[in-house]
Amino acid sequence: MTEKRNHSAIQRRLIPSYIFLIICALISVFPLFWMLTAATNTTLEVAQGKLWFGTNAITNFKNLLASADLWRSMWNSFFYAAVQTVLCLLICSLAGFGFELYHTKGKDILFGILLLAMMIPGVATMIPLFTMMSRMKLLNTAWGFALPAIATPFMIMMFRQNSRNFPVEIMNAARIDGLSETGIFFKIYMPVMKSTYAAAAVITFMNSWNAYLWPRVVLNKSNAQTMPILIANLANGYTIDYGMLMMAVLFCSLPTIIIFFILQKQFAEGITGAVK
Amino acid sequence: MEKKRNAWGWAFLAIASILIMIFSFYPMVAAFITSLKTGSSANMVWASEKFGNAFYNYTRMFKDKTFMTTLKNTFFYLIVQVPIMLVLAILLAQLLNNPNLKFRGLFRTCIFLPCAISLVSYALIFRSLFATQGLINSILMGLGLIKENINWLGQTGTARGVIIFALIWRWTGYNMVFYLAGLQNLDYSVYEAAHIDGANGWDTFWQITVPQLKPVIIMTFIMSINGTLQLFDESVNLTNGGPAGTTMTMSHYIYNNAFGTGVANFGYSSAMSFLVFILVAILAVINLKVGDSRD
Repeated sequence: MTEKRNHSAIQRRLIPSYIFLIICALISVFPLFWMLTAATNTTLEVAQGKLWFGTNAITNFKNLLASADLWRSMWNSFFYAAVQTVLCLLICSLAGFGFELYHTKGKDILFGILLLAMMIPGVATMIPLFTMMSRMKLLNTAWGFALPAIATPFMIMMFRQNSRNFPVEIMNAARIDGLSETGIFFKIYMPVMKSTYAAAAVITFMNSWNAYLWPRVVLNKSNAQTMPILIANLANGYTIDYGMLMMAVLFCSLPTIIIFFILQKQFAEGITGAVK
Repeated sequence: MEKKRNAWGWAFLAIASILIMIFSFYPMVAAFITSLKTGSSANMVWASEKFGNAFYNYTRMFKDKTFMTTLKNTFFYLIVQVPIMLVLAILLAQLLNNPNLKFRGLFRTCIFLPCAISLVSYALIFRSLFATQGLINSILMGLGLIKENINWLGQTGTARGVIIFALIWRWTGYNMVFYLAGLQNLDYSVYEAAHIDGANGWDTFWQITVPQLKPVIIMTFIMSINGTLQLFDESVNLTNGGPAGTTMTMSHYIYNNAFGTGVANFGYSSAMSFLVFILVAILAVINLKVGDSRD
């Protein structure tokens, strides 16, 4: 009985917290809910402030297909992000493995230098990288899109930090069994580090899918463009069809929202991955 | 044997290290060299030969009124938005860390959800919501709070406000996740003990949560400064820098000079981008120093 009263007293004390959290949660979700409803309404209904689902979804979708190459951009976004994710995971995990489990002082110094690259802003490297990609004939290709971002200090650090608890005895046992150093990486390290790979994959894929500045520089042909560029271009007209625009925004957001809901834990781990 | 292993170690980290050298460090050096040149991208000449001043692009930017406006804007966003967002994120993390709270997972998911969509997407959503014929005006009219539609994005003050609000909306949950991770190691009974001793929520916020999270706060601060100095997507897609360039960020202006309509001025753009790099570096160092000395 006292337990119960105590419990309700605690909940009463939490009422201001609940109110604050409900307000924050509503503000967080509302713009996305609105995007969803606007995608089903006519531009007039959107302007009139209609806040519920309408019947114009199919028309919006048809208009979208007529004014932009939706499937092409969806495929491009998906393909570039997949290429970048696979390469980034392979190369950065290999480096994290090398830095942590073959640790020497020299490697520490190099690691410190590589971390400095975190401070280099994308806007500063975009011009030299553009010149480089244009010389290498990699403009408007997946390589041009992905190459600058497949080795990042953040990802190397994430794999390095998460390798801290990797059991070194297994490595020695594997060596006695005659496994090569690369064999250890592929056959032992990779399976053990599964959860780190999952978190790294989610965050790399999302970042790649959502990228905007670099794609705008390196992908200047319309048939090479990604979803963020497509929706940004749609919004550049003199008269904007808001229903259609929100349908496009929905297509651009859906894959990452689905990933978010299915793999939220991995996403959170991926964001905070390098901090332990 | 040991030597051979060490060599393998170097081989494993070589690919990533070389890639970072080629795609981060080399471009930074190249950007600096380009910043000493002038002319359109096809035929660039040394600024020292043409103007007798090797740092012509650097002196030019401090006389460039538009660039100075973008510099001020960027710092305005930095000073107003980052503290509000981080305090809000820490506060939310403290509230959600309470084991007695119900629906914690639901609240967390909702507040974290804005991170799931791209910067361009949310910029366009906010642009539509705050359009003159947009939902926000409809609601305010319906409530009788305003008599005629406000041109949110057409006036400097309100347009900056919308950008700041949008940034807070997008990034608070992101930072909250860091703080929640940082609070995991803290035993919640510390709060209960403080409560019994008569401390209120405000006291526990400043005396338990903030000290516990100090290293994480320094890190999120550096990340936020870094991100804000490079703001691009929002400036381009939410306000398009308008009205008349008064909400434009540095990155947006640099992009326009290099890849916008008109002459591609790689030299000038590189000089401005080098300034961004220096600002990021200075602020990161200050942050680390301040963080150290408060122990």
